[in-house]
Amino acid sequence: MPTLDLKRKLEILSDAAKYDASCASSGGTRRDSRGGRGLGSVEGGMGICHAYAPDGRCISLLKILLTNFCVYDCAYCVNRVSSNTPRARFSVEEVCDLTLGFYRRNYIEGLFLSSGIIRSSDYTMEELVRVARTLREVHDFRGYIHLKVIPEASPALIDEAARYADRVSINIELPRDESLTALAPEKEIASIKKAMGAVRLGVEASQEKGRKARPANYAPAGQSTQMIVGADTAPDGEILKRSETLYSAYGLKRVYYSAFSPIPDATARLPLERPPLAREHRLYQADWLMRVYGFARAEIIGEHEDLELEIDPKLAWALKNRGGFPVDLNTADREQMLRVPGLGVRVADKMIAVRRLKALRLQDVARLTRAVERLKPFIVTLDWRPGGPTDTDRADLRARLAPPPEQMALF
Amino acid sequence: MEVVRLASETDVAGWRRAARALRAGGVAPEQTLWTVDGSGGDLLAGSAMGEGGPTGAGQAFTVPRAFIELADLVALHRSDERFALLYSLLWRLGHEPRLLEDASDPQVQRAHRLAKAVSLAAHKMKAFVRFRQTRDEAGDERYVAWFEPAHRVTELTAPFFVARFANMAFSILTPDACVHWDTEALVALPGADPAEAPREDALEDYWRAYYASIFNPARLKVGAMQKEMPKRYWRNLPEARLIPELIAKAEGRTAAMVAHAPSTPARRVVRQVERKMRDASFEAQAMNNLEELAAAVQMCRRCDLWRDATQGVAGEGPGRAKLMLVGEQPGDQEDLAGHPFVGPAGQMLDKALAEAGAPRDQAFVTNAVKHFKHELRGKRRLHKTPNTGEVTVCRWWLDAERRLVRPRVIVTLGATAALAVFGKPMAIGASRQKAHQLADQAQGVVTYHPSYLLRLPDADAKAKAYGLFVEDLAFAWSLAA
Repeated sequence: MPTLDLKRKLEILSDAAKYDASCASSGGTRRDSRGGRGLGSVEGGMGICHAYAPDGRCISLLKILLTNFCVYDCAYCVNRVSSNTPRARFSVEEVCDLTLGFYRRNYIEGLFLSSGIIRSSDYTMEELVRVARTLREVHDFRGYIHLKVIPEASPALIDEAARYADRVSINIELPRDESLTALAPEKEIASIKKAMGAVRLGVEASQEKGRKARPANYAPAGQSTQMIVGADTAPDGEILKRSETLYSAYGLKRVYYSAFSPIPDATARLPLERPPLAREHRLYQADWLMRVYGFARAEIIGEHEDLELEIDPKLAWALKNRGGFPVDLNTADREQMLRVPGLGVRVADKMIAVRRLKALRLQDVARLTRAVERLKPFIVTLDWRPGGPTDTDRADLRARLAPPPEQMALF
Repeated sequence: MEVVRLASETDVAGWRRAARALRAGGVAPEQTLWTVDGSGGDLLAGSAMGEGGPTGAGQAFTVPRAFIELADLVALHRSDERFALLYSLLWRLGHEPRLLEDASDPQVQRAHRLAKAVSLAAHKMKAFVRFRQTRDEAGDERYVAWFEPAHRVTELTAPFFVARFANMAFSILTPDACVHWDTEALVALPGADPAEAPREDALEDYWRAYYASIFNPARLKVGAMQKEMPKRYWRNLPEARLIPELIAKAEGRTAAMVAHAPSTPARRVVRQVERKMRDASFEAQAMNNLEELAAAVQMCRRCDLWRDATQGVAGEGPGRAKLMLVGEQPGDQEDLAGHPFVGPAGQMLDKALAEAGAPRDQAFVTNAVKHFKHELRGKRRLHKTPNTGEVTVCRWWLDAERRLVRPRVIVTLGATAALAVFGKPMAIGASRQKAHQLADQAQGVVTYHPSYLLRLPDADAKAKAYGLFVEDLAFAWSLAA
């Protein structure tokens, strides 16, 4: 087999990694390179996106596979054993050199490393850990590292991965366990859940030690996962119910939804269509309502329903629960305010600060948010009240608030 | 009219000195004009203030910390109004001390907007600076970047790069200011010309290869990209030159992927899969021991509880234990760890067993139901009692454990365990401290579940119930030993 040059390997192994939606560099422990031998820092908080690709996705990390050789045959994956995609494998040193070279030029926040399964789960996991260990111990690299965990790997290796990484992730892959069995015959839902459970226990153990004992570094940015949307027939309600369970059971930081998108050399077992991007967007919005706005999944959507594509889930909820509106912005508590469609956390908090000084009028609201026209049917201010029962209750309210359909047709 | 001439566009210290003196001297905002030396705005030079601004000392005053922080950011904005706006806010703070909390005030709103733009410019500078590797005459490495920030944030942002690249010599050149770090000291110098920066770097080809490959042409969202990476930054980003072509070819690449007929897998792969299918049928076998049972529980689909649980939790303990303890079901911690009674109830059980003189490592500990039944409350999983149907189908596993272990005494902890072992509900208070004969020759002993003790709110009641619990465990151990 002819040897590939490094640039060609980089092309193959980043192309193979792009179907993982996560690229976040958020949540790591604050640290920097001062007093060390190497380079790197993590500011904590949101992380930095160093570039954006024309698909609108942030490029924060060098997201690559160690190898795209794989013994598994997952129907939705470009790297499955039965695909004729070009294959490559990096050495540990090559990954370290690329990471450090890119980092020095300020292209990236760090590394997101995953891999196809070669030989065995333990062998593959050991190789991933070796990259992270080399970066941390040989090069004193203090930037961000996200490692993919192979669920069937031994617990000791998973623990070691979590000690070098800021974040680890294990993909749940599909909303239905039955679909996983059908589309990814080698993967076991039981191993995936057990590995997630082990990570949660590890994270909790590292945090609960007394304040004097320095907590062992154990994936300080927690764990995340990804679910592919549209490769099976699960409705949105089922997808969100799965997320709700994952958030509570394993303390996940994020569930990423990835619209199933055409891949080169696809299998005949899956329909190749344009990815359902609008649906993916609505799922993220609903997920956000659960994580940040205190909505329960059942309030947003029933288990067998799909989210509406034309309007966002908060507006859909408000239209179904008009009895709770209008909300008086001068008296409502924060939780009530956050249920108003178009009103977010930052603007609500500003309103709460301002109303300690004076009663809010519509023009004040207009200075705090650009979305005042959207808010008007749902709010009361000192000088504004929607036209009594005629406004909040209007049958055509939905039609007036929904964006014109051609906007949603964007792809 | 008082005219203040600041030394430079970013002369925040000069602004502060002048503003303090003007405000102390009672000079209203309408009577002041702020200019910067060399910016061509000093037509009114020769004011009463003179060089360095006014020095009049009036009454002392304080401003909120939030104002200082706001002013430090706003002063870096490129708009000409910034110093006058800040002075106007400072003036108004004199009689409106809580002014800054009113985000709906037009001037406060304007200042917040400028500050936000400056913060964003600093953030984008951290993101979009691109270093190029150079070597000086001595052969030492230095990384140099040319960058054009949206606002005058070069010096504000320099500490970020120092913290990140403390051991790497670097320079960031911008039209406003340049910062140089030699691994020991940071030096700030006036603005430079793009011609002074290196033209290329060998790794940029690799970076472009990465950028092009990580892009998924099936999900073109140009607006989303441009919102976060505005075109004004593109000319200094090595990867940006690829964007027009990536966009132009995206549609065609996607259509080709959809149209492409699935290819036939290589013969080597087909043979592998066939071998695996042939071997798989030998793997499902009957269970003859506790290890096989524990593995088989993982596959249990007899009811729906497995769906939201992490794993099935089988019993654990010596394979020939004389004493078997049966609880209700795994809890949150047991579900994650895969072992029975390791959470708070398990700790209470351990303590009680120790006091009863019954060592836990000589008992077989298990549950009536093998998967964790729960409901979601906020971000927590709350225990939910399994129903009769679930207890009944799960008896299959408990019966298998009883058959394999053959204990002399089975202690049921709580009502669910009693239902599973005796096949009917038992009143705990009335049935405890008795040996109940079971069909498989074992004797049954009934007591409370440790979780019940944990939930008792009243300390006296808790202590009393705990005493009875220890008594029951001691009674069971005496029967078994």
